[in-house]
Amino acid sequence: MTQAPAATAPATLFDKLWQAHEITRRADGASLLWVDRHLVHEGSHHAFAKLAARGAPVAEPQLTYAVVDHYAPTRGRDAIPAGDIRRMIETLGQNAHRHGLRLFGLRDPDQGIVHVVGPEQGLTLPGFTVNCGDSHTSTHGAFGALAFGIGATEVAHVLATQTIWQMRPKTMRITVVGQLGPAVGAKDLALHWIARLGADGARGHAIEYAGPAVRALSMEGRMTLCNLSIEGGARLGMVAPDDTTFAYLKGRPFAPAGADWARAVALWARLPSDDGAQFDREVEIDASDIAPTVTWGTSPEEGLPITGHVPNPAQLPPARAARASEALDYMGLSAGQALQGVAVDQVFIGSCTNGRIEDLRLAAKVLQGRRAKVPGLVAPGSALVKAQAEAEGLDRIFTQAGLDWVEAGCSMCVGMNGDLVAPGKRCASSTNRNFKGRQGRGARTHLMSPAMVAAAAITGTLCDVRPLLEGRV
Amino acid sequence: MSAGWTHHSGTAVALDLESVDTDQLIPARFMSVPRVQGYGPYLLHDLRYDGAGQKLPDFVLNRHEGASILVARRNFGSGSSREAAVYALVDFGMRVVVAPSFGDIFSANAVNNGLLPLALPEADVDQILAMLVAQPAEARVDLQAGNLRICGQDYAFQLPQVWREKLMNGWDDIDLTTARAPQIAAYKTARRASTPWVWPS
Repeated sequence: MTQAPAATAPATLFDKLWQAHEITRRADGASLLWVDRHLVHEGSHHAFAKLAARGAPVAEPQLTYAVVDHYAPTRGRDAIPAGDIRRMIETLGQNAHRHGLRLFGLRDPDQGIVHVVGPEQGLTLPGFTVNCGDSHTSTHGAFGALAFGIGATEVAHVLATQTIWQMRPKTMRITVVGQLGPAVGAKDLALHWIARLGADGARGHAIEYAGPAVRALSMEGRMTLCNLSIEGGARLGMVAPDDTTFAYLKGRPFAPAGADWARAVALWARLPSDDGAQFDREVEIDASDIAPTVTWGTSPEEGLPITGHVPNPAQLPPARAARASEALDYMGLSAGQALQGVAVDQVFIGSCTNGRIEDLRLAAKVLQGRRAKVPGLVAPGSALVKAQAEAEGLDRIFTQAGLDWVEAGCSMCVGMNGDLVAPGKRCASSTNRNFKGRQGRGARTHLMSPAMVAAAAITGTLCDVRPLLEGRV
Repeated sequence: MSAGWTHHSGTAVALDLESVDTDQLIPARFMSVPRVQGYGPYLLHDLRYDGAGQKLPDFVLNRHEGASILVARRNFGSGSSREAAVYALVDFGMRVVVAPSFGDIFSANAVNNGLLPLALPEADVDQILAMLVAQPAEARVDLQAGNLRICGQDYAFQLPQVWREKLMNGWDDIDLTTARAPQIAAYKTARRASTPWVWPS
């Protein structure tokens, strides 16, 4: 554990946020942090049950927001059959009603995936702590917020007290120098660093992403990058707020307005890490080294440039060979096989990682005037993203290409709503986890950017999107 | 919160896999089940049962259903924040998982449910897995001393003080925090003054 620096020492963004939220610290090193935003979803039923068992109220209903996403049907919402899905959605509604929480329910025009809704509503703001019983809460760090996923016991604690006990993580800065190439984006950058450092490479650390290639990212790109922090094992990921952040937030429904806006921006401008601030670990990445990146195995660390070949276990040290063989076997790939040309059965575009408007715009650029060779699903990250995409005509590009355009939710990223990949089927997916069985028992998931998914749809194989985007971006 | 414990003796088995992630520990389709029904049947479901729901007789947990100490490779419990992954282990009867590294959220969830995430150097875990590969062994974990004894060998382990006390006392954090209500109230007042936009109008 690191100690907080003295008041005069240069501080990191993380130091400033931690200090601003630390209510007290015990002798054993655990800090009690104030929670500015608590987001709950259907999966929070365990935590509400714990609260009910104590007969405790929600401490700060005004700071607690409920979102239907994991189980949200992407089709047929008007006639959800009786069963687990309906019960889970109704349970969240009942808990929200009981405790007086703002609910983004299935019929709400602002419904969507919790990590898309929070930012687009302006609920997520720089300088905040954000908790949610979902590991991809790291997404909100894109705004310069201390945002991390927690388990059900901790969710119950936040509901009951609006605080959380945490041990201070170490700090790590990933500085991305240079410039990302054409059709190479935040998803490729994230899969690249995770492949380099490992799926537990940032374990126990709070990451700050910095450098010109990060500054150049839109808020959507920064959210994608921070979202995937957990896949590299990090506790959380952050980008310091700047004019890009402020421009995104201004005028959002829950963002400060009027005099508060000016006051907030003045405070937020002081959040970036001071010159000379010390990190426990520093990593530098050259953006120009990064190609469109695809996973071949069953861990997010098993990623390669699309131009690469999957490992040959015979050429690996014994400790690595068994793991690689097992992953290749599950994925139905042969040793040393080229990634390009691997036939896919279907595609999925969506999720809290890549279900935002910018993701859909880029995928549509690839798909415009072309036909998909395989079936696929495009699930926007929120109802607002859906409406925006439809206003821009993106939905017609997807449907004319032969893909299904559906309602907003987590959908096929985790399959809880029934959008599943069948056993043995191979899916090119813009999601965050290629774990065994993640998209359904026996499903084979290749993670990649939404543009790369669109390219896979057109050719029916894993392929390099760059030639397909030439003259289109 | 579980009852606290200071030492545990039980059967240790090897799960010779790395990155046993949360989606393997409990596939998402089982997570709508209320906890009172028990999560043990879902632990590592798709490794334990075939597509028709029949137990796979060779899988280690099917051969040794009384095991309470699981030994696995690096990055155990990576992935989702689903506490159900821990419920599945605990409800099956697991008290300790030994691995070179764990997902951070998994570790916190484990400690909150009386399950010890016991991290040892990779070389030690390799050695233990080699000893367990043929057959399981009795093992004893002493939380106070920070020691794992297995196959006649002792392995010292480090544990954050916070976790040790929580595991030993079976603390419920909400009770501990409620005792700090005045400090929380003071913080809230200051927060409201400095950043009123935390409370949307």
